[in-house]
Amino acid sequence: MATPGGTDRASHSLDKSITLPPDEIFRNLENAKRFAIDIGGSLTKLAYYSTVQHKVAKVRSFDHTAKGDGEPLYEISVQEEITARLHFIKFENTYIETCLDFIKDHLVNTETKVIKATGGGAHKFKDLIEKKLKLKVDKEDEMTCLIKGCNFVLRNIPHEAFVYAKHADSEFRFQNTHPDIFPYLLVNIGSGVSIVKVESEDKYERIGGSSIGGGTFWGLGALLTKTKRFDELLQLASKGQHTNVDMLVKDIYGGAYGSLGLTGDLIASSFGKSATADKEFSKEDMAKSLLHMISNDIGQLACLYARLHNLTRVYFGGFFIRGHPVTMHTITYSINFFTKGEVQALFLRHEGYLGAIGAFLKGAEEDNPNQYSWGENYAGSSGLMSVSPDLNPMQRARSGTFDMLEMDRLERQLVNLPLLQDPSSYIPDTVDLTEDALAREYWLYCFEEALDGVVKRAVASQRDQPEAAERAEKFRQKYRHKLQTLRHQPFAYGSLTVRSLLDTREHCLNEFNFPDPYSKIKQRENDMALKYYQKVVKSLEELSWDQRQFALVRGLLAGNVFDWGAKAVSDVLESDPEFGFEQAKHQLQDNSGMDIILGVFPFVRELLIRGTEVVLASNSGPALNDVTNSELQIVTERIAAMDPVIQAAVKEDRLTLVQSGSSSPCLDLSRLDKVLATVVRERSTDLVVIEGMGRAIHTNYYAMLSCESLKLAVIKNSWLAERLGGKIFSVVFKYEVPSKTQGQY
Amino acid sequence: MDQAKSMMDQKGSSGPCCANGLHKAFRSQLSNGGSHSPSGGSHDGYHHLHHDPQTNGSPAKRCRLRRRLDSLRKNRPPFPWFGMDIGGTLVKLVYFEPKDITAEEEQEEVENLKSIRRYLTSNTAYGKTGVRDVHLELRNLSICGRTGTLHFIRFPTAAMHRFIQMGRDKNFSSLHTMLCATGGGAYKFESDFRTMADLELLKLDELDCLIHGLLYVDSVGFNGHPECYYFENPSDTQHCVKRPCSLDNPFPMLLVNIGSGVSILAVYSKDNYKRVTGTSLGGGTFLGLCCLLTGCETFEEALEMASKGDSTNVDKLVRDIYGGDYQRFGLQGSAVASSFGHMMSKEKRDTISKEDLARATLVTITNNIGSIARMCAVNEKIERVVFVGNFLRINTVSTKLLAYAMDFWSKGQLRALFLEHEGYFGAVGAFMELLKSSEEP
Repeated sequence: MATPGGTDRASHSLDKSITLPPDEIFRNLENAKRFAIDIGGSLTKLAYYSTVQHKVAKVRSFDHTAKGDGEPLYEISVQEEITARLHFIKFENTYIETCLDFIKDHLVNTETKVIKATGGGAHKFKDLIEKKLKLKVDKEDEMTCLIKGCNFVLRNIPHEAFVYAKHADSEFRFQNTHPDIFPYLLVNIGSGVSIVKVESEDKYERIGGSSIGGGTFWGLGALLTKTKRFDELLQLASKGQHTNVDMLVKDIYGGAYGSLGLTGDLIASSFGKSATADKEFSKEDMAKSLLHMISNDIGQLACLYARLHNLTRVYFGGFFIRGHPVTMHTITYSINFFTKGEVQALFLRHEGYLGAIGAFLKGAEEDNPNQYSWGENYAGSSGLMSVSPDLNPMQRARSGTFDMLEMDRLERQLVNLPLLQDPSSYIPDTVDLTEDALAREYWLYCFEEALDGVVKRAVASQRDQPEAAERAEKFRQKYRHKLQTLRHQPFAYGSLTVRSLLDTREHCLNEFNFPDPYSKIKQRENDMALKYYQKVVKSLEELSWDQRQFALVRGLLAGNVFDWGAKAVSDVLESDPEFGFEQAKHQLQDNSGMDIILGVFPFVRELLIRGTEVVLASNSGPALNDVTNSELQIVTERIAAMDPVIQAAVKEDRLTLVQSGSSSPCLDLSRLDKVLATVVRERSTDLVVIEGMGRAIHTNYYAMLSCESLKLAVIKNSWLAERLGGKIFSVVFKYEVPSKTQGQY
Repeated sequence: MDQAKSMMDQKGSSGPCCANGLHKAFRSQLSNGGSHSPSGGSHDGYHHLHHDPQTNGSPAKRCRLRRRLDSLRKNRPPFPWFGMDIGGTLVKLVYFEPKDITAEEEQEEVENLKSIRRYLTSNTAYGKTGVRDVHLELRNLSICGRTGTLHFIRFPTAAMHRFIQMGRDKNFSSLHTMLCATGGGAYKFESDFRTMADLELLKLDELDCLIHGLLYVDSVGFNGHPECYYFENPSDTQHCVKRPCSLDNPFPMLLVNIGSGVSILAVYSKDNYKRVTGTSLGGGTFLGLCCLLTGCETFEEALEMASKGDSTNVDKLVRDIYGGDYQRFGLQGSAVASSFGHMMSKEKRDTISKEDLARATLVTITNNIGSIARMCAVNEKIERVVFVGNFLRINTVSTKLLAYAMDFWSKGQLRALFLEHEGYFGAVGAFMELLKSSEEP
């Protein structure tokens, strides 16, 4: 490529040395289809849909009639399952040729004929794309894609939106997903500014805009400071003093303009001091002044439009924003100033992907992607990276490479629990580790400490597979790296919580085909517990009513001790295989085995006897040793076979088993299986029992329900126990009645 | 103002002539006359100012005293009559020249008062930077029983200290005139006036002054012509023409004052208004950026360059991005998509002319003001948008652009109005305040 005039050429060929192996970036290309590409001024975003084949643990009941005593309750088989996944990859435009080459070489699926394209740079690379990929480039409107993408992330990614607070302990304050995302204002700051009002999936309108945008900052900034790159301009701005260039109110008044409430530090005239020939101004100061000028101007216009259309949710995006703390700060400041704090500037974690997501959705309409719920895959997604100008070297190196977002199609649609008192203010997690540095330190340490055990367990669960150890090692590296990233960027996947740490671990385990490391343990425990069931029921029946209630609760809690997720417990369980239910009871959710069979079922049985209908919700997918719905089906069958009370209840539909839609040891009541929500509504549920540390302590401890609720768990973590003012193995038994006022109004 | 200084030198020293008691009388009349003093606090310095042991001087002095008393009896302040608006960039000064001075009166006129009058009216430029806008003077004006000409003078705020020094050197305080001042500088320079020149300012709110001055000038007209004008066919560059009009029924109006920065007011009556918002992207931004980008030094220079430039070489238009109109959102291809957007490219930066940069700066600032003003008008439900301020001086590029922007983006709902005395209304308002006592019966 030694063509003349080519410093550009030279650097171009250098760019071919991608710093990451492409196969780690463009994953699952073999089955990829429905490509979309969004080419911006400097970054390209590629989107495609693919299927992932991975192993799942399935349980299948044996024919019990011929069952001997020594045989296990059910059979566990690892099966291949195909799930849908969306891949979004972001890379610098300079890599585009290399990336296209890679895709071409690995694209097996030939049924794909077109690639949806959007973004200002799409036409520039049209020929290249068509030549390389042999796909027809089909252009989609930029703004339409942007809005489609925005709706998609707002609906499917919890903690997608955040408020930026520069001087707070945690810069990013993530917002709950409001059940209804509409209406909102999207202010897209590209080279110019577009202000779009979005009222529904298909109804939106560009209500205004401004020519003073990112291009003005870049163009004018380059002229003023002779600095070429946008990032460098921002970096200059972050070091400057705008008061040297701007005329402030106090420069005119000598102080504040009191009667109008204008403080002295307010900018009266941007660049007002530079109207002189006999003074030099520093690049930094001019860049800062320019940044303020543009941010304030955009903020002001956004506020005027928000007021005119009576909107309070205003999202900002575009390359001017794109994760730059400096611009997020100045825009936030401006919005706060012009609305007197009534409107908050909101930003999006996946802002850079909106166009690509939207273009993809346009091309994938026949797959009806909007009919499903999707979940961010923490294992495959890079997460939010701060591109602060004064960022540390590690981050700097990253921002120049690649960024990925992967979303899994969930098997079911997720909705709110209808019994949430106020869905818009519901926060599942008890402690926000992004805000609580001490707790964050502790839990990150905890998860790192527990990693060895998890790896061991994973290998043990697949003894028959020789490469399991190798995969487990990869898992260890991946998860450890995630933990390290979260240490530096706790905001990477939204608010950091114990739940997100657990979920990230599950995602990483799945990534390396360890779908259910605890399946065998659960199987063994279920088997053992079933043997005790009748004995436990019998001893309970012998007690007086009062004593029995007490014993039932003790049983529930004792069962909860068997939690492989808790380090204190797993240590004991590992070292003392004889550790039994009786011991647990002395030491004093729905973990499998002891918990479900000897704790929950007797409790359920008591409720059924007194005429209460029971809906038993359990995880859809495996997480730690929590019982899954399919396991619970079999367990219930078995118990019904020996207990007429349960049998009758199942038969008469007074005991219903439903999936929760979750595959986590924790529980997000705003993302539950639609079927469960329907059952809850149809049965007019008036009591919710949430059991276990993950579901009742790490999450939902403060959840307010519109009916009575009972939250119970054993605190199996001494640090947490201490924090809550108790000792390890203390008991939480929280019975709550909704306040009347809330119910009435 | 250097020349002003030397002019003042000629008039020789004449002692203070005003008695303490007399002064008090004038003051109290002012107060009784219901003149408001939003800024308060400026009265307290009055007594120490005019300590003068020579209450009864020469016959000539006594005569002057009589005339002054006479003037007060007619409820008017003694000459000279000034109104001053000290802005961030420019000081605007209005001066009333009585044309009905009798020979007797002229004889009695103190020397430094006379020299001020002669200096101001016989020159059109003062020092290096002071200018009298002769074309704006209002002739045959009857004010407080006197007839004369109102002169409009401006000089840079940077020269303020020289101006105050001149006031001290020439013992301006001996004239015992009220110095009514508005604008931020009335506050910023108050203590300088006091300590350097022994002058007390009557500080007045700039927005009050702006509105009062504007309504006054509009009511007296511009030497028999209307003060107000608009552009006919603003959306058609070929047929866009300036047309005079009247502001007969001015309320409500959105008043957009473009000085160094911009203030936007919703005015419902003479004394009922609110500041809706403001922006820091104003005349100061235009000039400041132009100086940095082109190396020019004055507003005139900047405008001159802008008039020759082409902003489309600097700005990225909708058609530069979409090849034509952006039909999905009804944006014309000729609309600016990104101000200075072409300047992201190094090649274009290297070939751009200063004139084009000046033009782009002017267009960017003007369009932005237009856009904010339009939004405010819609939010406040006001159809009449009046643009004032010195940014519009000799600036037909901006006035036409504002007229176009109001008309085009509102689909003809909004009308942009302009006033001939663009930037002087604050100073006129301050001047009015001086005369306020005489308006009362």
